[in-house]
Amino acid sequence: MKISRKDVEYIAHLARLEVDDLLVDKFADQISNILEYIDKLKDADVSGAELMSGAAFQNNVMREDIVKVSPGPDVTLSDAPERDEDFYVVPRVVG
Amino acid sequence: MQYEPVIGLEVHAQLKTETKIFCGCSTKFGAPPNANTCPVCTGMPGVLPVLNKKAVTFAIKSAIATNCTIARESRFDRKNYFYPDLPKGYQISQYAYPIAEHGHLSIEIEEGLEKIIGITRIHMEEDAGKLIHEPRRDRSMVDLNRTGVPLVEIVSEPDIRSPAEAAAYLKKLHAILRYIDVCDGNMEQGSFRCDANISLRPLGEEKFGTRTELKNLNSFKHVEKAIQYEIQRQAYILDEGKNVIQETRLWDPAKNITKSMRGKEDAHDYRYFPDPDLVPLIVDDEWINSVKADMPELPDEKKMRFIKEYALTDYDAAVLTSSRELADYFEETAKKISDKKLAANWIMGPVMGLVKSEGNAIETLPVSSASLGELLQLLENNTINANGAKIVFEKLVNSDQSPASLVKDMGLEQVSDQSELEGVVDEILEANPAELNSYREGKTKLFSFFMGQIMKKTKGKADPKIITELLKKKL
Ligand SMILES: [Zn+2]
Repeated sequence: MKISRKDVEYIAHLARLEVDDLLVDKFADQISNILEYIDKLKDADVSGAELMSGAAFQNNVMREDIVKVSPGPDVTLSDAPERDEDFYVVPRVVG
Repeated sequence: MQYEPVIGLEVHAQLKTETKIFCGCSTKFGAPPNANTCPVCTGMPGVLPVLNKKAVTFAIKSAIATNCTIARESRFDRKNYFYPDLPKGYQISQYAYPIAEHGHLSIEIEEGLEKIIGITRIHMEEDAGKLIHEPRRDRSMVDLNRTGVPLVEIVSEPDIRSPAEAAAYLKKLHAILRYIDVCDGNMEQGSFRCDANISLRPLGEEKFGTRTELKNLNSFKHVEKAIQYEIQRQAYILDEGKNVIQETRLWDPAKNITKSMRGKEDAHDYRYFPDPDLVPLIVDDEWINSVKADMPELPDEKKMRFIKEYALTDYDAAVLTSSRELADYFEETAKKISDKKLAANWIMGPVMGLVKSEGNAIETLPVSSASLGELLQLLENNTINANGAKIVFEKLVNSDQSPASLVKDMGLEQVSDQSELEGVVDEILEANPAELNSYREGKTKLFSFFMGQIMKKTKGKADPKIITELLKKKL
């Protein structure tokens, strides 16, 4: 098994996900399977295949530094769970 | 025990682009809350970031100015963490392949003694938003205007050994970024921010001690004070035989102490991975050369040139090149007169005094370099004396008149007429027979008394050289 219960709990914490205790073993199992499957790729014969530097087929996609009108709070905050005028409101964070 | 501080600095500098790093929203400071936001910079599903070319050019410029090696290929990664000022849940940054590495800059640690501070890397990233805390209510307000504003993070090697060196390094870097015009350097508005990593080790020891990271150092003075405090705090802990805890600490400028930021500590595990939405960034020679061709003179080069071209001292040249605007002001002024040292003295004296007292920047000073140059011209060609020049300078602050017309209006033209001054000298000598006797009996200190009397009589307008000569002759 590549992934332990502890790993699952830690990753869930990092991702701020709540995981039902009963499901932790199941996830550990599933994630381990995925990683084991990925390991299979190591066995593939790639001799003669050309090296690719990345998944991207292009480089340098860029834009000029020209201002576009921002949709602003009307659009940005339209799905905000809580707002006060044009601010998002969140539970108090100690800063 | 005697300890050696080991200090490394991380500077976040906001790049002076018009738009954000991955979208067309404006970067203007002070807009109404969330006015400069769009689906890209607020991390809505299905949007794609597109890199701002100008931001890359500015990063290249910063890299050249700090003697870095620019990477032909660099990439963008996601730094994952949760905080309400980070709507995407990750910050786009450059982790494994930054745009530049292995740079350095030199600082002056005492007059004439330079020290090289290494620069580990420069990478590009996006800024986070701003949280406004309501102390009386159990909530915080979020403004995402700053989210996605382009930054370069410039990381120094742990080569710094004292608070003064840290301040010198920061001032130098600040000046360079302002010289090359990629960052406005405004520390209050957060365009130039600094974090410091500090550890102590027993003097002579090779191995680094446990470090702490200081945040919230938003002025040069705070940086120096905070580091000073932290050195003492750590020395005290070590002397007690205890261990320094590796943590992030916040500088409290009101109390002059650093405080632990417990609670924000736990997830220093950012799970970086390549951002699949962004393609590799390739910087070729052509791009680098075009930026190089566009490079202005840097502070060190300008300082050397000032020493050579204007025969200034090392100290004067360093002060006058501390900002590009001040250097320009000096050069504009100095080109009108032949005595360059005169321009340096006036700028480092009355002009900088005025900058301080008015709380002004040199570029918005009510006395322009053109009018100071004209004033010094009048002084140099003996139309007025130093005393008159000071009076005119003070008038210039609140006047649109030219120095020449002020001199005329106030009747400050220097009296250099030999016979006219001779009359005044005779008059003063006659009116003060007791002093004249004492002088002739050896109280030569009274010379300045006579000078003063003559100046008073001529309302300060007498040519001091001529009356000195006349007095010497007649006494
Ligand atoms: Zn945007």
